[in-house]
Amino acid sequence: MGKAIDAKNLNIYYGSFLAVEGVSMSIRPQTVTALIGPSGCGKSTFLRSINRMHEVIPGARVEGRLELDGKDLYGPGIDPVGVRRQIGMVFQRPNPFPTMSIYDNVIAGQRLNNKKMKKDATDTLVEQSLRGANLWNEVKDRLDKPGSGLSGGQQQRLCIARAIAVQPDVLLMDEPCSALDPISTLAIEDLINELKMDYTIVIVTHNMQQAARVSDYTGFFNIEGTGKPGHLVEMDETKTIFSQPKEKATEDYVSGRFG
Amino acid sequence: MSIDTERQQSGAEVTAPPVPSLVRAELPTWAPWAVLGGSFVVIGALLAATGGFSIGMLVVASAVVYAVATYVLSRVVEGGRKAADRLVTIVVTLAFLIALAPLVSVVVTVVGNGLARFDVEFFNSSMRGVIGAGGGGYHAIVGTLIITALAAVMSIPVGLLTAVYLVEYGKGRLARAITFFVDVMTGIPSIVAGLFAFALFALFFGPGVRLGFAGSVALSVLMIPVVVRATEEMLKIVPNELREAAFALGTPKWRTIMKVVIPTSIAGIASGVTLAIARVIGETAPLLIVAGLTTGLNFNPFEGRMATLPVFAYTSYAAPGVPREPYLDRAWTAALVLIIIVLVLNLVARLIARLFAPKTR
Repeated sequence: MGKAIDAKNLNIYYGSFLAVEGVSMSIRPQTVTALIGPSGCGKSTFLRSINRMHEVIPGARVEGRLELDGKDLYGPGIDPVGVRRQIGMVFQRPNPFPTMSIYDNVIAGQRLNNKKMKKDATDTLVEQSLRGANLWNEVKDRLDKPGSGLSGGQQQRLCIARAIAVQPDVLLMDEPCSALDPISTLAIEDLINELKMDYTIVIVTHNMQQAARVSDYTGFFNIEGTGKPGHLVEMDETKTIFSQPKEKATEDYVSGRFG
Repeated sequence: MSIDTERQQSGAEVTAPPVPSLVRAELPTWAPWAVLGGSFVVIGALLAATGGFSIGMLVVASAVVYAVATYVLSRVVEGGRKAADRLVTIVVTLAFLIALAPLVSVVVTVVGNGLARFDVEFFNSSMRGVIGAGGGGYHAIVGTLIITALAAVMSIPVGLLTAVYLVEYGKGRLARAITFFVDVMTGIPSIVAGLFAFALFALFFGPGVRLGFAGSVALSVLMIPVVVRATEEMLKIVPNELREAAFALGTPKWRTIMKVVIPTSIAGIASGVTLAIARVIGETAPLLIVAGLTTGLNFNPFEGRMATLPVFAYTSYAAPGVPREPYLDRAWTAALVLIIIVLVLNLVARLIARLFAPKTR
């Protein structure tokens, strides 16, 4: 459980537009890595390229190497569907499946892939995943109700339960708290702290306090100007990034003196 | 100094905005009704006095006078914005009533004329050996249902899969070409679809062939573009986030489409398909050419002519026997039955939409 990710000189394109240029970073297993930076600097794009979700957009492509425990995810013969089974993702807006109950949403990964499971095995998995996402006590009496009837924060935790139910090695989170209130945000941040025992977590956030609270490592992305590609300015332990960063731009950004 | 103060004062007077009042005059609620009644009475009296009284003239002229009088009255009492609001409300209401008039007229006429033969005999006997009174449209009802069902069985899979291709897979030239031809097909006159089916079956069975199945083929030519369009619109409004959520769980694309995209939009697709069926079930021209007409019952769409309700109604009305009355009555009843079938289909569509709609509670 929990695998290392190594990006080596990754260039990410939308059609002919180079969106992110020359990213090299190492993400250690069972750590939380936060990606921060101004809007449009390519942190979400980079995140989506880790589980090959980037190429879902027409014309989008990636150059360079991206290794999961030494295996190149963009190498020949690699099936993107297989990659996504190992690298789960939680999106900015909670997106439970509206046609499914809470129960079915949690095991959507199994159901959608037609995995046959015994009833008690699925029950255990659902309870385990919902407990893992700190949602079990709130929904255990209404598992057969639609997932879209939950509050925003509950829906987001349902999506996290759904992502961990397929037992991935890595969990990617794209601004998971940006649509949530402070209390739900706290619940999810606590959850991230628990989840890093089992998973490697990469989280994109606009909230620098959040990055400081939850992450072990922080990567700062920046962009020279509109139309220019985004790039990784520096990456280090979160403490270092927020106290004595090497780059002037990082210091300006984390101290709020940016732009 | 004194000049400065004066200037400031006068400047302040010029730029001071008028204090807006939140209270404004309003016409009492009975006023528009009074104006409506008044314009009826005045126009009625005027028409009666000039001797040119007619209901149509009364309604049209009163509506115009009502609109103008309300506008003027409201403008004087309530001001320009309210007056414009009242005028537009009246115009929109009138447009709605005008649109409703032919619909109400059709329903009243068909029900009024069709009820005469809306009896058990109409539903359990064909026209075999019937001259004059009696007989019924059983054979035509059966024919319509069989031909339309066959057309639906052929069109729905083709239309559904085409829409899935266009929304989920289609990129570039091929998709644009398909979209273009679907648009063109939507505009095909139904008689052309009939001629196409006729020509196609004439190639295999020789000229003069008439089959129920040929009618189904003609109808499906008309139905496929409607199904494609309806399904396409429904698939397009499925949020992309749901597809991404499924992809991120390691679900292949085809399973995502089968288990997420289509179930999410099934309500809209089902009602779209039902409306497409309702659209073709009343087609007359193509069936007149390829399915023909017969007086007897025919359950086999692959052999011999097949009567259908629209064709039955058309021929009974266009070429009645002697005496005319029973033929005309049967034509009206056939039209009524057709309208009822379409009505039921619409209700079924609504029911399906409600049944399949994603629930939130």
